[in-house]
Amino acid sequence: MAEDTYSVMRQSIINGAPETAADLAQQALASGVAALDAINNGYVPGMHDVGEQFARGQMFLPDMMASAEAMRAAMAVLEPELTRLGTERPMAGVVVLGTTKGDIHEIGKILVGTLLTAHGFRVHDLGVDVPGERFATKAREVGADIVGVSALLTTTMRNQKGVIESLEKAGLRSQVKVMVGGAPVSRGWAAEIGADGYAKDAMSAVVLARQLMEQKAQDAVKEPA
Amino acid sequence: MRPRFQLLDRALIERIVGEAFQLIEKPGVRVAPYVVELLRGAGIKVEDGVAHIPETMARRALESVPRGFSLYDRSGKAAMRYEGDQVHFDPGSSCLNILDPKTEQARPAQAADLVRLVQVAEMLPQLSAQSTAMVCSDVPSEIGDWYRLLLVLWYSEKPVVTGAFSASSLHTLLELMTIENGGAEELRRRPRAIFDVCPSPPLNWSEFASQNMVDLARAGVPAEIVSMPLAGATAPVTLAGSIVQHAAECISGITIHQLAKPGAPIVWGGAPAIFDMRTGRTPMGAIETAMLDVGCAEVGKYFGLPTHAYMVAGDGRLVDAQTEMESGMSAALGALAGINMISGAGMLDFLACHSIEKLVIDAEAIASAQRLIEGIEPRGETLATDMFALTGLTGDFLKLKETRALFRQEQHFPSAIVDRGLAAMDETALGVVGRARQRVEELVASYQRRPLAADREQEMIAFALREGRKAGLDGLPEILRPEYAPEPGTSVMSGK
Repeated sequence: MAEDTYSVMRQSIINGAPETAADLAQQALASGVAALDAINNGYVPGMHDVGEQFARGQMFLPDMMASAEAMRAAMAVLEPELTRLGTERPMAGVVVLGTTKGDIHEIGKILVGTLLTAHGFRVHDLGVDVPGERFATKAREVGADIVGVSALLTTTMRNQKGVIESLEKAGLRSQVKVMVGGAPVSRGWAAEIGADGYAKDAMSAVVLARQLMEQKAQDAVKEPA
Repeated sequence: MRPRFQLLDRALIERIVGEAFQLIEKPGVRVAPYVVELLRGAGIKVEDGVAHIPETMARRALESVPRGFSLYDRSGKAAMRYEGDQVHFDPGSSCLNILDPKTEQARPAQAADLVRLVQVAEMLPQLSAQSTAMVCSDVPSEIGDWYRLLLVLWYSEKPVVTGAFSASSLHTLLELMTIENGGAEELRRRPRAIFDVCPSPPLNWSEFASQNMVDLARAGVPAEIVSMPLAGATAPVTLAGSIVQHAAECISGITIHQLAKPGAPIVWGGAPAIFDMRTGRTPMGAIETAMLDVGCAEVGKYFGLPTHAYMVAGDGRLVDAQTEMESGMSAALGALAGINMISGAGMLDFLACHSIEKLVIDAEAIASAQRLIEGIEPRGETLATDMFALTGLTGDFLKLKETRALFRQEQHFPSAIVDRGLAAMDETALGVVGRARQRVEELVASYQRRPLAADREQEMIAFALREGRKAGLDGLPEILRPEYAPEPGTSVMSGK
C-alpha cells in the first residue's frame, strides 16, 4: 500500500504534475504517512529519476521545469507539517547563486537553482548583473556553503574572478566553495581563476554541489575550527 | 534566374509583422534612460522604463531607413553594398578561444591569432569584410574593444564588421575609425566599418545598446542590429513566434535609431538560435537556427531593408564532418535567401571558438554557395542544339571551341582544400584539415601588409599608445614591441 503511494508520488514528479503531487501529499498526511517519509521515499526519488533521464537525453528542459514545479507544490504541503512536528528535512547545503556583473542572462542559473532546490539545497538567488561584493555580503548573511556564479558572455565571465576576490576580501574564501558555469566557461577557466569547481549543465551542478559539500566536510575534519 | 529560397509566404509575413507591431506597443519595449527623452519628445509613451511604440510611429521610422548603403575599403573605394539580394560573408566576431592547429585544443585567443586570422581573411576573396573576430586574452580587457579594431585596421584593407561592448568604448572605437578614415565627415561619407548592436531578448534595449544606437545614428556610422531570440528560452518556442520577437526588436531599435537621426544607415540583422531542450545550449549549426535566420531576413526584406544573419558556424568542438556539414548547409541557405551580410565563418563550438583552418574550408563552402546563386544561365543562341549540330552523335564536346569559351563561367574551381582528385593530392594524402593547415600557411606566407598613409599611421599609433598607457599597456602587441614604443610626443616608425 505504502509502496504504491510512494510510486504514484514519484510518478507525479516525473510527469511534472503539480496538482497531483500536492493532492497526493495531502492524502498521505491525512492517512497518517509521515511527511519526511513521503519526501524521502516518494518525491525525492522522483526527482532523481528525472535527473537521470535528463542526463540520458530522454527528458527535456521543459519537462524538468515542470518536475521542479511539482516538487515545489508537494513541498508546500509537506513543509508546514515538518515544521509543526519540529522535524526538518535534512538540508543538503546553503547556496548563493547569481549571474556576474554586466551580464543579464539567467536561464542556466535558474535551472541550476531549480534543480539544487529540488535536491534539498537551500538556494538564495541574487538574480542578474550581481557585483562581487553582493555575493560576499549574501554569503556571510546566510552562512553559505557554496557560491555559484554564472556568466553567458565571454566578456562577463572575467567577472567570475571578481566574485572570488570579493570573497577573499571579505575573509570568507576558506568557508565557501565556489562553483562556476555558463556557456563560455570551462574546467580550465575555473582552475585559472581559482574556483573550486565547474559544471557544464544544471544536473552536473547538483553532482558538483554534493561533491563540494563532501569536500567541505573533509576540510572541517582536517582543520577543526 | 537567380535561385531563391523562401520559407514564409506573404500572408505569414504580414501576420508576423502585425504581431510585432502589437508587441512594441503592448507589452512594449524596455529602454534605457538615455533614450527616454528622445522617445517622449516624439510622442511615445514611456512608463517605468518601458516604451509603448505606436505602429504609425514605427512605420514612419522604417520608411526613413536607407534601402541600401556601401561599406568602403581603406582606399575609400566602395567595396560592398548592403542592398536587395546582394550576398556577402565575413568571419564571426568576438570569440574568446582559438582552436590551436597544433594541439587541436581550444585555448584563449591572443593578439597574434587575430592578426593571423585577419591576414588569411584578407587573402580570401570569398570574404567581403573582416571582423573583430577574437577577444585577445593578452590585451587588457578594458581596452580590448578598440585594440581588436586597431589590429584589424592595421592588417587589412577590407570593410570591417565590429562593435562595442560598452557605451564608453564605442567612442574610443569611433575615434579610431575617424583617424583611419581621415575625419568625422569622411567617416560619415565613406564608412569602412559597421557596428553590431545587440538588444537583450526579449524586447530590451539595455543601457549600452540604447546608447550605441543613438550615438551611431548621430555619428552617421552604419549600425547592424543583432537581435538574438533563443526559441523556447528567451523567446517563444515556435520558429514563427521567435521571428515575431526578432521583428519587434528590430522595429523598436530602428525607431530609436531613426528618431536620433532620420536616414542614418541601419541593418535588420540577428543571431537567433533554437534553445536545445536537452542541454540548454544554442546550436548555431541546427537547421532550425538557419531557418530562423532565413525567416527573420525575409521579414526585413519585406520592408525593403538591408539584412544580416549569423550563419556558416558549426557546433562541433573540432573542424570535423559535423562542423563542416552544418557550416556548408547554412552557407548555401543564407546565400539562397539573399542575405546581405552573413557573419559566422570560421566559428565552431556554439560560437565559443574560432579556427583559421575552418575559415579557409568555410571559404570553399561560401564559394560554392556564391556559384549556386549565379544559377543556371542559358548561354548562346540555343542551349544544346547548336553544339549538337557540330558534334553530331560523336560525344566530342571537349574539342568544341564553345566548351573552351564557356567552361570557366559554368564551373567553379575550388582551391586544393577540396579534393577533386588532382594528382598533387595523391602524393600528399592529407585529410581536409591537413590541407586546410597547408592553405593557411600558404596564405599567410603570401600576405603582405600595405601601410596606411604615413601621417595616419602615426596618428593611429600615437592614439593607441596614449589610450593603451591608460590601461598599463606597454608597447602595442603585434604592432610595436615595448622596446620600440617611443616616449609620448616623439615620432614613430611604422611596422612590426
